Amino acid sequence: MVAQNIAFGVIAAAMVISAVRVVTAKNVVRAALYLIIVLAGVAAQYILLAAEFTAIVQVLIYIGAIIVLFLFGIMLTRAPIGQEGDLDNDQRWLAGLVALLLFGVLAYVLNDAFNGAQIRLNVPQTTAQVGDSIFGAYLLPFEVVSVLLLAALVGAIVLARRD
Amino acid sequence: MMLNNFLLLGAVLFCTGVYGVLARKNGVLVLMAVELILNAVNINLVAFGAFNHTIAGQVFALFVIAIAAAEVGVGLAIVLLIYRNRRSIDVTEIDLMKG
Repeated sequence: MVAQNIAFGVIAAAMVISAVRVVTAKNVVRAALYLIIVLAGVAAQYILLAAEFTAIVQVLIYIGAIIVLFLFGIMLTRAPIGQEGDLDNDQRWLAGLVALLLFGVLAYVLNDAFNGAQIRLNVPQTTAQVGDSIFGAYLLPFEVVSVLLLAALVGAIVLARRD
Repeated sequence: MMLNNFLLLGAVLFCTGVYGVLARKNGVLVLMAVELILNAVNINLVAFGAFNHTIAGQVFALFVIAIAAAEVGVGLAIVLLIYRNRRSIDVTEIDLMKG
């Protein structure tokens, strides 16, 4: 348990620092690379929670596909690769205030509701159970997500093609 | 492990994402901040799934990942279209609807 808590702390610190760098970096490509650290940290947290299938899907979809998509987006919109000053708008301080207030409220509510609640991983959740659930109880949402992905695919092609 | 640790980590990521969406000007960076928000939600889902010993948390996290992939695809296509029409992806300049 102690080792898990130490691992959580180290990974969480890396994730928070990288997340702040994602939203403050002066370089678009660097922001995308910091996003990789955050996403890998999320996958590591899933492993700590014994959700290994979700962790692998996180690495495959997010780091493998979505980051590549972002890098293509950055290159196709010809963002300057070097130092670039003007990436933030003039609402920066207001946005920081909103984020801090939101975090204050969330932290207060979470501390109030779940103080001292322990996660016990004595009942393992296997990949077979995930598969059974998706193709059993959640079959209809799964099919809806399939249709949504198809619609998004067609929509992205229609939007992005040159005519 | 404490449940609250994971929930607070999710809250920090969520608030960072909200700051990014509000403060960034570049369309691609706004989409990256949205990804931070979706990942915060996923951490909460998986943590609650482990806490309640139910598989539903992981299943819904997988659904959120699929929807995030669709969202990024369409979002980047829209950003690309804006760039092609206006030679800029500055979201503060898209103000045609402003009276």
